[in-house]
Amino acid sequence: MDDRIKKVKLTDRSVEFLRQVEEISGEAITACEQCGTCSGGCPFVEEMDITPSQIMRKVMLGQEEVLHTRTMWICASCFTCTVRCPRKLDVSKVAEALRQIRLREALDHIDVNDLTEDDVDRLPTIALVSAYRKLTG
Amino acid sequence: MTKIPYYPGCTLKTTAKNLEDSAIASAKALDIDMVEIPDWVCCGVVASLTSDDLMRHIGPVRTMLRVEQMRKRGEIEDSRLLTLCSMCFNTLQRSNFRMRENAEDLESINNIMYLEEGKYEGTTEVVHLLQILDEMGFDKVAEKVAMPLKGLKVASYYGCMLTRPKDIGIDTPENPTIMERFTEAIGAQPVDWQAHSLCCGSYHTVSNKEIVVKLGYEIIKNARTHGAEVIITSCPLCAFNLDDRQKEIAEKFIDFEPMPVLYFTQLMAIALGLGEEVCGFDQNFTDPRPQLRQKGLLK
Amino acid sequence: MEIERKMLTVYIMGEAYEVPEGSTILMATEYAGFQVKRGVGCREGFCGACATVYREKGDYKLKGGLACQTVVTDGMAIAQIPSVPAEKPIYNIAELEANENTFKELFPTVFRCVACNTCTKACPQDIKVMDYVQALKRGDIARAADLSFDCIRCGLCALRCPAEIVQYNAAILARRLYARHLAPKSPEVDIRIEEIEEGKYQPEIEEMKAMPKDKLSEKYYKREIKID
Repeated sequence: MDDRIKKVKLTDRSVEFLRQVEEISGEAITACEQCGTCSGGCPFVEEMDITPSQIMRKVMLGQEEVLHTRTMWICASCFTCTVRCPRKLDVSKVAEALRQIRLREALDHIDVNDLTEDDVDRLPTIALVSAYRKLTG
Repeated sequence: MTKIPYYPGCTLKTTAKNLEDSAIASAKALDIDMVEIPDWVCCGVVASLTSDDLMRHIGPVRTMLRVEQMRKRGEIEDSRLLTLCSMCFNTLQRSNFRMRENAEDLESINNIMYLEEGKYEGTTEVVHLLQILDEMGFDKVAEKVAMPLKGLKVASYYGCMLTRPKDIGIDTPENPTIMERFTEAIGAQPVDWQAHSLCCGSYHTVSNKEIVVKLGYEIIKNARTHGAEVIITSCPLCAFNLDDRQKEIAEKFIDFEPMPVLYFTQLMAIALGLGEEVCGFDQNFTDPRPQLRQKGLLK
Repeated sequence: MEIERKMLTVYIMGEAYEVPEGSTILMATEYAGFQVKRGVGCREGFCGACATVYREKGDYKLKGGLACQTVVTDGMAIAQIPSVPAEKPIYNIAELEANENTFKELFPTVFRCVACNTCTKACPQDIKVMDYVQALKRGDIARAADLSFDCIRCGLCALRCPAEIVQYNAAILARRLYARHLAPKSPEVDIRIEEIEEGKYQPEIEEMKAMPKDKLSEKYYKREIKID
C-alpha cells in the first residue's frame, strides 16, 4: 500500500479530542471545507511541519498527534487566516486551543530563564510579554 | 482642547518613549489633550483567543474600568480610550467586545475585581490615534502642517493588529488606506506596496529570531522596490522587528540596505513644525535624521 | 479569681481544637499544644515569619494573614506556611541598572503578570502588590520601591500568584536599586563619616565606656530627645 495513504481509525477518544478543541477554540471545526486559503496566506507556512489546513483536517479526525507538531508554535497569531477563511472560521483560535492544551499541562514552550544578555538589553517589554503570553502557561 | 483618556502601555514608557513623546506633542498641536489614565495595568498582548479563558481579560477590563471611574469622579467626560500601540489597541478592543457579548463573563470578572471602585459596564470605547485623526478629518491635520514633508516617499506598515480581525480593525485588512491618507495629509508621498500587512514575526523575535530576520528582509525589500525611503508604523514590536533587527538582517543578507523605520507620530511631529526635540530619534535604531536632513525636512 | 473565657473551635491542619476567644492564630496554635519552632519570629507583625493561610467559617475565600496578628474566629481553619521556597537570584547591586532590564534578566516572570490582583488580596500588610509589579514592568523603579515599602516578605503573594512571580524578592531588589542608584544622596552622611574618622566623637565614647552601669543608665534615661 502507498505510504502516503494512512488508515485513520475514529475512536471515542478522537471524538473527545475534536470536542475539546472545538470547545476551547469556540470554532465549528467540522465546517472547514479544506480549501487551503489559510495555508496559502500564512506568512509562516514554510517554517511549519504541517500546514494550517492540514491541522484543521487532523483535528477534524481527532488525531491528537497534532499536539506534537511545530505548527501551532510557529503561528504568530497574525490573523491573516482569520480574515480570509471563506467559511469565516477563525483558524488562529484553533492554533491557540492546541497551544493551550499543551500549556495547561504545565509544559511551557519557552523557558523564561533563557534570555541572553543581548536579549535583555535590546528586547522591548512588549516582545517579552507577548512571547510569555503565547508560549508559556 | 479636547481631553481624551490615554493608555500608553508598558513599552511606551521605556523603549518606545519616542512614540509617546511625539504623539503627545502632535496631539497638543491639534488641540487634543491626551490625559494618561491613573493606575493602568499591562494589557497583556496578545489577546487571549480561547473561549474559556477569563483571567487574561482581567487586565484589559481593569484598564477600561479606569475610564469609567474617571468619568464618575468628574475628571473627564470622554468615554473613549486612546491607544498608540497597535497591539494594545487590538488586545483591549478584543476584550471589550468579548465582555459586551458575554454578560456572564463580565460579571465573573467584575466579581474577581471586588477591590475595585465600581464595576465595568462596557461603556469605554477603545480607539487608535489614527481613528481620532480620521474622524477629525485629515484635512484639519493638513491645515496645521507647517513643514509639509515634500518629496518624502513613505511606506505605511500596518502590521497585523491595526486591521485584523475585521470587526476590530480600523480599516479593511486587504486594502487599507487610512495611513496613506494620513501620509498625504502631512505632505508626504505614500507608496503603493504589497507587504503593508505582512506579519513581521511578532513575538518570535524572542526565541526564534531567524523567522523575524527573514520576514523583515522581505518587507523592507518590498518597500524599497516600490520606491519607499522610510517606513512608518504604530507598533513598538513591529518597530523593533523592522528596525532594531536590521542589525541581524544585514549580517544575514549581504545585499541589504538599511531603511529608517519611524513611528507615524514622529513624522507628524516634524510636519507640524514641532522639531526633532519631541521626536526622540536617538531611540530609533536606524537613524532617520540623515535622510530627513537630505530632504531639507529637519532644521 | 477565675475568669470565664469563651472557647472557640479552630481547625489546625484539619483537626478541631478548642481555644480561648481573643487568641491570635499563633496563641491558638500554642494553646492547642503545638510548639511552634518555624513560622514564628518577632510576634509583633514585623518579621514576616508567621505567614498563614486561613479560611473563616461560611466563607469560601482563602485569605492570607500573619499568625501573630490575626485573631481567630469560631470555625476558622488555618494552615501555617513556615517557609516559602521561592527562588532568589544572586546579584551584585553595584553592577545593576535601575531600570526594567534588570528585571528582564533576574525576574523574567514579572512580565507574565496578568493583573489579576490575587497577590494584593493575599497580602497581610495591605500593600498594592499588583501595582508595584506593574510599575516594574514599565521601568518605574521608584514607584515600585515606594509602594512595596511595608513589605515584610511573608511570601503569601508568591504562593498565590498564577504567573509564578516572586513579588517580594522583586520588590526588595527595587528598593535596593532605588536606594543605591535613584535616591538623592545625603551630603550630611559624608560629613558625619568624616567627623567620626577625625575622632570628633572619640572623647565622649571613651567617657561612656569608663562609666559605671548605674551612671550610664541614668544618663540614658535623661537623654535629650530633639524633635524637629
